[in-house]
Amino acid sequence: MDNSLLRINNLSSGYGDFQALFDVSFCLEKNSVLGLVGANGAGKTTLFKSILGLLPREKSMIQFQRQDIGHLSANKLAGLGIAMVPEGRRLFSSLSVYENLQIAADYGRKGYWTIERVFELFPILAEKQKMPSLSLSGGQQQMVAIGRALVANPEVILFDELSLGLAPTVVNDVYAAMPSIIESGISAILVEQDIERVRKISKNLVCMREGKIVLSGAASQFTKEQLTTAYFGE
Amino acid sequence: MNFIELIIQGILLGGLYALFAAGLSLIFGIMRLVNIAHGDFIILSAYIAYLVISYTGVHPFIALLLVIPIMSMLGYMIQRYILNRTMGDDILPPLLVTFGLAVIIQNTLLTTFSTNTHRLTAGDIDTASVGILDMHFGLLPILTFFVAIIIIFGLELLFSYTKIGRAFRATSDDREMASAIGINTKHVFAMAMALCFCVISVAGVLLAIRSSFDPFSGPARLIYGFEAVIIGGLGSLWGTLVGGIILGIAQIFGAHISPSFQILAGHLAFFIILAVRPKGLFSKVE
Ligand SMILES: Nc1ncnc2c1ncn2[C@@H]1O[C@H](COP(=O)(O)OP(=O)(O)OP(=O)(O)O)[C@@H](O)[C@H]1O
Ligand SMILES: [Mg+2]
Repeated sequence: MDNSLLRINNLSSGYGDFQALFDVSFCLEKNSVLGLVGANGAGKTTLFKSILGLLPREKSMIQFQRQDIGHLSANKLAGLGIAMVPEGRRLFSSLSVYENLQIAADYGRKGYWTIERVFELFPILAEKQKMPSLSLSGGQQQMVAIGRALVANPEVILFDELSLGLAPTVVNDVYAAMPSIIESGISAILVEQDIERVRKISKNLVCMREGKIVLSGAASQFTKEQLTTAYFGE
Repeated sequence: MNFIELIIQGILLGGLYALFAAGLSLIFGIMRLVNIAHGDFIILSAYIAYLVISYTGVHPFIALLLVIPIMSMLGYMIQRYILNRTMGDDILPPLLVTFGLAVIIQNTLLTTFSTNTHRLTAGDIDTASVGILDMHFGLLPILTFFVAIIIIFGLELLFSYTKIGRAFRATSDDREMASAIGINTKHVFAMAMALCFCVISVAGVLLAIRSSFDPFSGPARLIYGFEAVIIGGLGSLWGTLVGGIILGIAQIFGAHISPSFQILAGHLAFFIILAVRPKGLFSKVE
């Protein structure tokens, strides 16, 4: 039986004349976390952007729940249940913390996750809900970005560099939310620099280098040396 | 005429300019679009009101009930099917398209209505005045001023407390991210233009009661609107009202010195504020 939620088929994409992805293929299984690692410039963010239709791709290059979705625009994909926690968080700067969550709930799907549940997950946000979103610390902003993805009740969340620029203890706080997210039935693709952290949390791993996949398989099967070699090249 | 009377007249005139400016400010704030045809759309709505009134004989304010939906539908379509195609990082292509629209509107009005001037009559309101102490003010300017305040207040409420208002702000902040959370940003832009055209309709009808208009009256309204927006600061609606008032006061004082000095005095005030505070008084846009 096909257990795939999101399947990428020979995806090639880039910025104008510059090709940044070359025949990328992999599959995210239902109710799982897939770790996506690679050095700076490997093409991870580019991959997320082309999944979401923010960069060019073709219809059959992306399949979601066994339907071709590579021709749909970002707002339609959100409606199908694909959400993103972007690199740099990108909160809506003229909206308060509460409004950042509210607007995602307005335009998202109904389900388990509500603004109240996000406040239970990250109690600090309940305290700061009236504040302008950019007045929060980096870690708190990351929590808002995660909450914004959750309240849309997606099937899958694309997490890009969750811990970038955050202090180690704050990173732990952010990652402490992961189990409740996964248990609620949401799958994830997780981009993260910290390979060990990704390996612990992921079922499968994909490693990219220069726009190509250089390693992929069950996270448990790789040794640290194999990963480091794939990550940096020979 | 005493000093206070002139100031109040200037403030009231500022209400009309704020109405010209509010739509411009709204559109620039949400989508960084400079609409060169803004004044011509104001005149177009005056002509539509004129048509509605010639066929039905209703009062101009009643005609608005038809002018507003017609104009806002037009605004929606123009944004959705013409301007959206040109929107991107570069603000020049949509600006050029609106320039083209301005020319098209002026010439369509010219061939349809000739160069004759028209004016809408609103019965007693045209000439009625209100006396306070020993000063007298036209009822229409007073009405216009309060309409401007109500509209700006209403727009602020809509921005702050409604779903579409949040979508306007979010799309303006980060269009890509807005679409990633499920907002159809093309529809949101078109709704913003539709909203702008509601304000344009009101401005057009009030202008057409106050003074006569012809197919080429638009560009001058655009200039006043621009000046009010820039004095007030880009993206700030209350700033736009202040901008309109400063412009209005300058013009009234200019006219008091010499009738031919009215327009120039307004431009001078604009020029001075631009020199002292290039970003305007209350700018929200970086
Ligand atoms: N807007 C852009 N225009 C042109 N090229 C770009 C653009 N963004 C990224 N690139 C290029 O595409 C390639 C992949 O970049 P991408 O941002 O996807 O890498 P990444 O794996 O996310 O890296 P990082 O770990 O630094 O976030 C790089 O060579 C980069 O220079
Ligand atoms: Mg990246």
